[in-house]
Amino acid sequence: MTAGTGAPEDPDELYGRLKEFEGRAAATAGTGKDPVNEPMIRHWCEAMGDTDPAYRGPDAVAPPTMLQAWTMGGLSGHTDRSAAYEELFGLLDGAGYTSVVATDCEQEYLRPLRPGDRITFDAVVESVSERKTTKLGTGYFVTTRMDVRADGELAGTHRFRILKYTPAAAKRKTRGGGRNLRPRPVINRDNAGFWQGVAEHRLLIQRCTGCGTLRFPWLPGCNACGCQEWDTVEASGEGTVFSHVVMHHPPFPAFAADGAGGPYAVALIELAEGVRMVANVIGVPYDKVRPGMPVRLEFLRTEPELELPVFRGGEG
Amino acid sequence: MKVKAGDELAPLEIAVTRTLIVAGAIASRDYQDVHHDAELAREKGSPDIFMNILTTNGLVGRYVTDRLGPSAVLRKVAIRLGAPNYPGDTMVLSGTVTAVADDGTAEVAVVGSNGLGRHVTGTVTVGVPQGAA
Repeated sequence: MTAGTGAPEDPDELYGRLKEFEGRAAATAGTGKDPVNEPMIRHWCEAMGDTDPAYRGPDAVAPPTMLQAWTMGGLSGHTDRSAAYEELFGLLDGAGYTSVVATDCEQEYLRPLRPGDRITFDAVVESVSERKTTKLGTGYFVTTRMDVRADGELAGTHRFRILKYTPAAAKRKTRGGGRNLRPRPVINRDNAGFWQGVAEHRLLIQRCTGCGTLRFPWLPGCNACGCQEWDTVEASGEGTVFSHVVMHHPPFPAFAADGAGGPYAVALIELAEGVRMVANVIGVPYDKVRPGMPVRLEFLRTEPELELPVFRGGEG
Repeated sequence: MKVKAGDELAPLEIAVTRTLIVAGAIASRDYQDVHHDAELAREKGSPDIFMNILTTNGLVGRYVTDRLGPSAVLRKVAIRLGAPNYPGDTMVLSGTVTAVADDGTAEVAVVGSNGLGRHVTGTVTVGVPQGAA
């Protein structure tokens, strides 16, 4: 799931501080809140659907995979974590890496746990990774190793890796209000007339009043004669696909009707009037769009406050 | 039960229900909100609640002992998580015996796949009494 590391031009000052926690205690002389007991074993087996007879009856042992469960803080939380561990998490939280997800768990079972066993544990911060960017977001992997004892005897070891990260989605949220939105058009005095036309469901092409040349997109002056005087003609709405590309990556959910983020086709449409414009083709799968395909103008409301000219592909 | 390298364990289908996710989280004493509160999970960028690693660990252990019989004893379970287990999905656990030592200790490579991809990959070391040959 790791996609890369921090950018080299951004020296990771935080990493140096995090690295200093390696080898320090994460928990010292922690005690399990409950001794190993039949009710918790039974609740575990019910949840897991585990009917192994070894976990039932007078000689029952606990499922080995419960190892970590006996060390959990539960609803009332951990009281056994070291000051160093709290400080490490405080540093990460303070730098915006507030979310946690567990990624790896490696357990070795040295002796079975039986009802009545009293659990104690010690844990150490084994390693802190460099900053990594994953699908979930950017953050640091923190690996701890725990020794679990039953009545003072080593019963198992537990290595646990978590990612402390800033959610990628949270970043989007600050920019787009939590939704996936298309980029807003930049409307200025040179193209305001075009967007006014769109609002009225008219696709307007500029026409030079000096030489009569049509132009698109909208510009202050004529490419042919340099004249700055112009008027408009309304496009008939007929056109053909002149060329197209298919957008595969990065995914951009706002551009796909199903929210899947692509692939989707971006086409250069040649209007019947002769000018070309970039637009989406709808009504045709992205891999069926072809040059020469006849298309017809429609106006698509993609969001409550955004309407765009798009082109519907013809059948056949 | 005798096992040898190359043996494939019959797959096990797990319906990833909301109830399983919550029951597994609570049975493992894990009260992180992302494992029981969909609204708070969404605020943290997850589309829904998702299964915690302890439940996945328990299911992997159950799968191997289910398939190798009640005399099989787990020695090591090492797992790595990938695509989350969200409610409504189905996870299919499959396993292959990769090695068997003379003392009957077997290594099993386990994969749990859901609709999004690989939820879990791991290696389980398990003691399997070989019985009379």
